[in-house]
Amino acid sequence: MSKLTVVEGSYAVAHAVKVCRPDVIPAYPITPQTHIVEELSQFAANGEIGACEYITVESEFSAISVLIGASAAGARTYSATTSQGLALMHEVLFNASGMRLPLVMTVANRAMSAPLSIWNDHQDSIAQRDVGWIQLYAEDPQETADMTPQAYKICEDSKIMLPAMACFDGFILTHVYEPVVLLEQDLTDEFLPPFAPEHILDPSNPKTFGAFADPSIYTEFRYMQELGMSAALKKIETVADEFNEIYGRYYGGLIDGYYLDDAEIVLVAMGSVIGTIKDVIDELRAGGKKVGLLKIRSFRPFPTDAIRDAVKNAAIIVPLDKSISIGKYEGALCTEIKASLYNTRIDIPVLGYIFGHGGRDIPPERIKKIVSEAEKAIVSGITIESSYADLQEELL
Amino acid sequence: MSSKLCIGGIVEPGSTVINKTGSWRSFKPIYHHEKCIKCGICELSCPESCIIKTEDGYYEIDYDYCKGCGICSNECPRQTIEMALEEK
Amino acid sequence: MNKTTELFAPGHRGCAGCCDALAAKFMLKAVGENCIVVTPTGCLEVFSTPFPESAWNVPWIHSLFENTAAVASGVEAALKALGRKNDTKILAIGGDGATIDIGIRGLSGAFERGHDFTYVCVDNEAYMNTGVQRSGGTPFAATTTTTPAGKASFGNLRPKKNMPQIMIAHGSPYVATTSVAYPKDMMRKVKKATEITGPTYVHVHAPCTTGWGFDGSKTIELGRLAVQTALWPMMEIENGEITGVHKIRNKRPVGEYLKAQKRFKHLFSIPEGAEIIKKIQELADWNADQYDL
Repeated sequence: MSKLTVVEGSYAVAHAVKVCRPDVIPAYPITPQTHIVEELSQFAANGEIGACEYITVESEFSAISVLIGASAAGARTYSATTSQGLALMHEVLFNASGMRLPLVMTVANRAMSAPLSIWNDHQDSIAQRDVGWIQLYAEDPQETADMTPQAYKICEDSKIMLPAMACFDGFILTHVYEPVVLLEQDLTDEFLPPFAPEHILDPSNPKTFGAFADPSIYTEFRYMQELGMSAALKKIETVADEFNEIYGRYYGGLIDGYYLDDAEIVLVAMGSVIGTIKDVIDELRAGGKKVGLLKIRSFRPFPTDAIRDAVKNAAIIVPLDKSISIGKYEGALCTEIKASLYNTRIDIPVLGYIFGHGGRDIPPERIKKIVSEAEKAIVSGITIESSYADLQEELL
Repeated sequence: MSSKLCIGGIVEPGSTVINKTGSWRSFKPIYHHEKCIKCGICELSCPESCIIKTEDGYYEIDYDYCKGCGICSNECPRQTIEMALEEK
Repeated sequence: MNKTTELFAPGHRGCAGCCDALAAKFMLKAVGENCIVVTPTGCLEVFSTPFPESAWNVPWIHSLFENTAAVASGVEAALKALGRKNDTKILAIGGDGATIDIGIRGLSGAFERGHDFTYVCVDNEAYMNTGVQRSGGTPFAATTTTTPAGKASFGNLRPKKNMPQIMIAHGSPYVATTSVAYPKDMMRKVKKATEITGPTYVHVHAPCTTGWGFDGSKTIELGRLAVQTALWPMMEIENGEITGVHKIRNKRPVGEYLKAQKRFKHLFSIPEGAEIIKKIQELADWNADQYDL
């Protein structure tokens, strides 16, 4: 039986990074991920991370640029960011993916300015869904910690070689104190082999990284990133299984289900709200309601086949988004799930809700209200396809 | 392109040598070695690194790459290099 | 010729008489093959690495336009962490746009942190790769495509941003100015910079045939003239103290230098031209006096 320790979520993640034996960690402060990099700096100051170079950079743009240089030189790298910092990195995110560097970065999901907000939603990482990074979403601090060595193992696979964001909700998960199992060094050494890329910057075997591609060749490089994502679809599943074998914990692969098999109402969500949803489902199931949860763990690559298989017997699908595409009035899960079902024989209504912007709390009552609206929609059809579940109309 | 693409577009070193830029020339440098003092300024000043020292200490031009910029001729302290119109 | 022994191989697409090509050649000659080079987007990067070709016979990485120093910091940190630093020199080479303007944030951070690498700015005084637009390195009164001379303007209104002073203020152990027109001087300074531990900076003046408007055969001649007018002083500053100055043996008036380039041609026909040339002469005289050239 592994020992449980009560620690802050950020500490659990920092500790997980430590046992992955990183070589270079650039750090820049931004709420609410700062505690992660602070814990890592304390590990460095105590000599607990070996020869790892810990660098206090002057912006997030430089943080991720340091990751690129270090990774190309053969180092296993790590950084953490959120919101404005992630947005500042936008250009470099494309560059890292295109250069096929297996960077791992924790994103402590936070709302985007303006208005300025330090509290949680998914707008920051969802806004980066097209850049070519693997995106995994965790529901609690234990999963986020567990996701760290898994992310390295996925990214560093020679058929994948794509960078990954391990996303977890800012404040809700970064600052919560919970009992977790701190990842063991010996198990991690068994699970995660050393980083050994085929090509590195090395005077004894010089290579050119980052040549420009004219129209005759650019498309093929883009497509090769898609091939990497396809390989990741399988690898995310196998790595989750391998992790379970060694550490004895499983949080799902690409997706996970909770009372999904016979569910008539399927709620779909990512991140910490899953904890609340599971509690509500327990209560509603006790009352006889056939509600279930489809947890999306991998948002990129998007698990189209797994989703189709999971929802095919539902009476209504209810994606719950903490993001919105402004101008489409839909969150990412809603749009992408509808798109996944469109060309199939799966003719099930999709009723989308958006909530939790800028850290707005999602109490169980909110979920229950959504379920009851979904029940009505099964009978009388959908009138509004996508809407805010927590809008204060009296303020408008 | 016959070979499969490397993940990330990594390129082999020094591979520009397959591109013979000598075709760019309008003017061609010609040595008059009788004037040459073997100072080596021409070799040093060539942006294409296509001036090579020969066994006898004089210099010759690899016309596969020479773009005819004329720096060698302009810098030579003894007017050893003549820029002649390229006969095509 | 053993084509593969040239560390900067021929076959690249640099203009005939290209200053950047000369700069790359001299730098690699000075540093040798035990190096890793980081370059931003710009002329040098574009003309040397069209997939699937590369002119670089050393390890080389290009990421983006503004992050050269940060990427170099990452390479340096990786080599240290992995125990592979040995004598490998890390050489970051950036144009004036990438260094003085868009890349200055990362450059400042890298120098403030004290990474062990050398940053060389190859300054051709405008954003050349995109078609000769004004940068922080464009000299007073030069025509560029975004500061053109016209009826209501005499060109670039601002003086060059003084990058060497900025890098000295960062406490760099070695800052030097040199020119592609003085290959031996440039190679000596680049070699010295890479042999000093800590962040070192070399600023290379690089006359651009296409951007400045002169015949490609005159690249080195014009660079020499820039130094001889005292518009481009060459010196070494170690730990904040000037330790070496290139004395001018044959001082030239600025008019001779300006006349030889299309980008200053308007100064010889517009009414206020003489006044502006006088101001440029004052800049040159100030340099000559200040640095005892």
